[in-house]
Amino acid sequence: MADNKFAAYLCAGCGLGEVLDFETLEKVAKREGKMQVIKRHDFLCSAEGVQTIRDDIANEGVTHVLIGACSRRAKTDAFDFPQTPMARANLREGVLWVVAPGTDHDEVRQEMADDYIRMGCAELKKMAVPAGNPDCASNKRILVVGGGMTGLTAAIEAAETGYEVLLVEKQAQLGGWAAKLHKRVPFREPYAEPQDTGLAELIARVEAHPKIGVHLASTLAETAGAPGRFAVKIATESGAVTQETVGAIIQASGFSTYDLAKLPELGGGLPGVVDQAGLEQLAKAADGGAIQRADGQAVNSVVFVQCAGQRDETGTHLPYCSGHCCATSVKQAMYFKDANPDVDTVVLYTDLRMPGMGEDFYRSAQTKGVIFTKGKVSTVTAAGSGCNVNFRDLILNEEVTLGADLVVLATGQVPNSGVNIDLVVELATEEQASGDQAPAEATPVATPVDLPPSILNLTYRQGPDLPQLKAGLTDSHFICFPYETRRTGIYAAGPVRRPMDMLQATDDATGAALKAIQAVENAALGRAAHPRSGDLSYPIVRLEGCTQCKRCTVECPFGAIDEDERRFPVFNESRCRRCGTCMGACPVRVISFENYSVDTVGSQIKSLDMPDEFSERPRILLLACENDAYPALDMAGLSRTLYSAFVRAIPVRCLGSVNTIWITDALNSGWDGVMLMGCKRGDDYQCHFVKGSELAHYRLSKIDDTLKQLSLETERVASYEVAITDSQRVAALINDYAETIKRIGMSPMKGFN
Amino acid sequence: MQALRTTGHQGIPAVAARYRNNFLKEVEAHVEDGEWVKMCMQCGVCAGSCPFGPHWEHPPQEIFMMIRAGKRDEVLKSDAMWMCTSCYNCVVRCPRKLPITQIMHGIASYAQELGLAPKNQPTRDFSIQFWNNCTKTGRVNEMKLTVGLYFKDGLVSGIKQVMNMLPVAIGLIKAGRLNPFELISGHSPKDQKGIAAMLKKARAIEAQRAPATH
Ligand code: SF4
Ligand code: SF4
Ligand code: SF4
Repeated sequence: MADNKFAAYLCAGCGLGEVLDFETLEKVAKREGKMQVIKRHDFLCSAEGVQTIRDDIANEGVTHVLIGACSRRAKTDAFDFPQTPMARANLREGVLWVVAPGTDHDEVRQEMADDYIRMGCAELKKMAVPAGNPDCASNKRILVVGGGMTGLTAAIEAAETGYEVLLVEKQAQLGGWAAKLHKRVPFREPYAEPQDTGLAELIARVEAHPKIGVHLASTLAETAGAPGRFAVKIATESGAVTQETVGAIIQASGFSTYDLAKLPELGGGLPGVVDQAGLEQLAKAADGGAIQRADGQAVNSVVFVQCAGQRDETGTHLPYCSGHCCATSVKQAMYFKDANPDVDTVVLYTDLRMPGMGEDFYRSAQTKGVIFTKGKVSTVTAAGSGCNVNFRDLILNEEVTLGADLVVLATGQVPNSGVNIDLVVELATEEQASGDQAPAEATPVATPVDLPPSILNLTYRQGPDLPQLKAGLTDSHFICFPYETRRTGIYAAGPVRRPMDMLQATDDATGAALKAIQAVENAALGRAAHPRSGDLSYPIVRLEGCTQCKRCTVECPFGAIDEDERRFPVFNESRCRRCGTCMGACPVRVISFENYSVDTVGSQIKSLDMPDEFSERPRILLLACENDAYPALDMAGLSRTLYSAFVRAIPVRCLGSVNTIWITDALNSGWDGVMLMGCKRGDDYQCHFVKGSELAHYRLSKIDDTLKQLSLETERVASYEVAITDSQRVAALINDYAETIKRIGMSPMKGFN
Repeated sequence: MQALRTTGHQGIPAVAARYRNNFLKEVEAHVEDGEWVKMCMQCGVCAGSCPFGPHWEHPPQEIFMMIRAGKRDEVLKSDAMWMCTSCYNCVVRCPRKLPITQIMHGIASYAQELGLAPKNQPTRDFSIQFWNNCTKTGRVNEMKLTVGLYFKDGLVSGIKQVMNMLPVAIGLIKAGRLNPFELISGHSPKDQKGIAAMLKKARAIEAQRAPATH
């Protein structure tokens, strides 16, 4: 370490100089923080202030920089020294703006600032500049899986942007569901009439494009590798296999229709009952003429039953709304009215959902004389050559039976997500268990026979397909990063990730194409994809210490870690999102990043000058997620929302990266309480790393034992779900927690180390 | 003058097929602004806005649904439309911009025309009295209209009502707002003939519309 030179730059601007005692801060940095250079500046983020730092790095041999000024989220353009490790002590948002003004509070305020300097110095000493990712590969070709509207759009968008595209389609021709439609719901003004799908033109463009290669009647037999270097085997129906390398993958595998046979109560199977796909077929055959039933019978009256087998609360059918089917029924009712206005068309709905400009389309159908009735259908039965629809009219509040020659059921979209890897993992565990024990009884877990064929056939340790969220839909970050799946470099687009209409699917395709382009460009530079876009650090594992416990491989939300034959973890840096969940999981703490590690945080926790048990000045550690909670704290400062001066906040990449050693260390070194703030977990998660906050929660559920061992109250560790908009709430939470600590008293653990 | 038309075309007897377009088409052909009924989206804003909402048989939303459901008799025999006070609350609020008030009155007149309107419905009675009174000379005779209303249920109840209102009437006479001699003579507008001709023309135009019997 002889070559290292640590320097602290303290800013007295933004009012800091008037309120804080800089002599003390400098003393702390020098004596306790062991900083070799200490400089005070009245306006550090000015060009001149920044130049001082640059000059010191260039001429004075400064290797590590501590900025004692504003939050690490502020002035990032000014304080940007890519080749120098830098820590930021947050004196402005973290102290000046949140501690009550006035001389009464001078003491606690100064203590807070001193501590942030101590912590910054401690962190800085453990930091290094990321050396860069050894796993960069620069194949920039984009593979699109699925040749329907979504896939075709993604392919053309990526190709037009200048990237090579490989398109793999299972069927012998392109087009998917769109090819089976007579017309589509309008997506242009005046939104009044069904429109041509435009598919033929799109297919022609794709086929003629010099940058797009199309594989028909083909599937993926294997997908291995990582962004920038995916190795895929494309198998044709005949069994021939082509090996290709691609940089990123867009999965546009689309949907299947819900099986009509599962809806016998709604007449599934009767000759007078079809689903919307069936009606498209009839309309296509009629081609603008009078639509007939498949058995040739004329149709003078048709009833559309919305939400058939959808939005089902009993758990039997699809739990969700497929989003497109109301507009589709409106369109199909128009097929009839346009061919013959005397055909009676009734749409039975409970809620008519017409997204986008659908309202105009709805009005147009009303003008054409389509009758819309709010009603809940109970059964559809055969009656003569037609059907009886039995429903409750929800406006007139009465049971009604309505006869019709044809009934159209608006069934939903079932995503083609491939294998539910959670089931496979369970299956494997069951097998293992039954191997160890006496002959296994029949297990309720799905057998491999029940599993649909895999779409991607990934060779990842975690399973062959993209993880699913719920109801079989592929997990994609619905709130922040819609096309991001939990497999870096593989993007889901279209109805495979959530039910949607054609217009939304084309938007999705465009978005996913752009994400795929970002992915190949990032991979080539060894940089992380969002949310830590551009990050060059990556997890480094000290294999000598590894106990092959497999926690990191299991917990990594992004499937970045495989195992070698000796069951050691193998990190695929390009698949890694730098969340640190593996670091938080590792029980022997052998995983770290150069600029973020068990030590960078642990040393901060241990750096404090801990007041004694009788001081009445407790210390509360706040580990705050850098994506939502820490910005919320900064915003509390920005709006001058005051909170307790006993708290010390440390940003973490994700709650998932919190290693429980930090908490036990904190408690052992006399901290009076530990607060954790992360994003919402569960099915409607907001965690930027999807599973991080959930895993943290799980790990924390075990912390109570530790607390008991230490004879500490369970209140000493508390965790919260916080959103970025919660700036007022975080302050309130801190204040409440400070009250709790006051109530239960100071920690008895002070002064033992 | 002919009374408000109670000519009693009986139309087709009511059992029209349910949820077919038959009655909707009839309404579109015969009711002023009837072509708007199909555009209602059943949001219920009118029902929630109507000051009479909780007090009458069917709020506008329901009437429109009943028309679409083909409930011809229930609609035409209902007293719902007669309860509308023409406050126009619903019209200003309807997101689909339906001229609800006009439609309500349109359906009421159509029911009246067919002879299906409920008997002894007070607003209907008043409307008939008012129409007859007004079209007789072309000018409303307040004395005759009031007295006519008071005595509509017979001599005894009429005298009672007159006695009740007498102080008000005397006050009005003193203030010069009521002329008791109007009861005997009444006066007419200048061009009574012109008004008669105008009404005749209006009836002729109305007759050109499709007859109520389909
Ligand atoms: S857990 Fe996070 S940091 Fe660790 S390998 Fe997986 S993505 Fe990377
Ligand atoms: S105009 Fe008639 S229907 Fe409309 S709110 Fe007023 S009273 Fe009700
Ligand atoms: S407010 Fe208008 S659209 Fe809504 S129910 Fe009433 S008439 Fe129909």
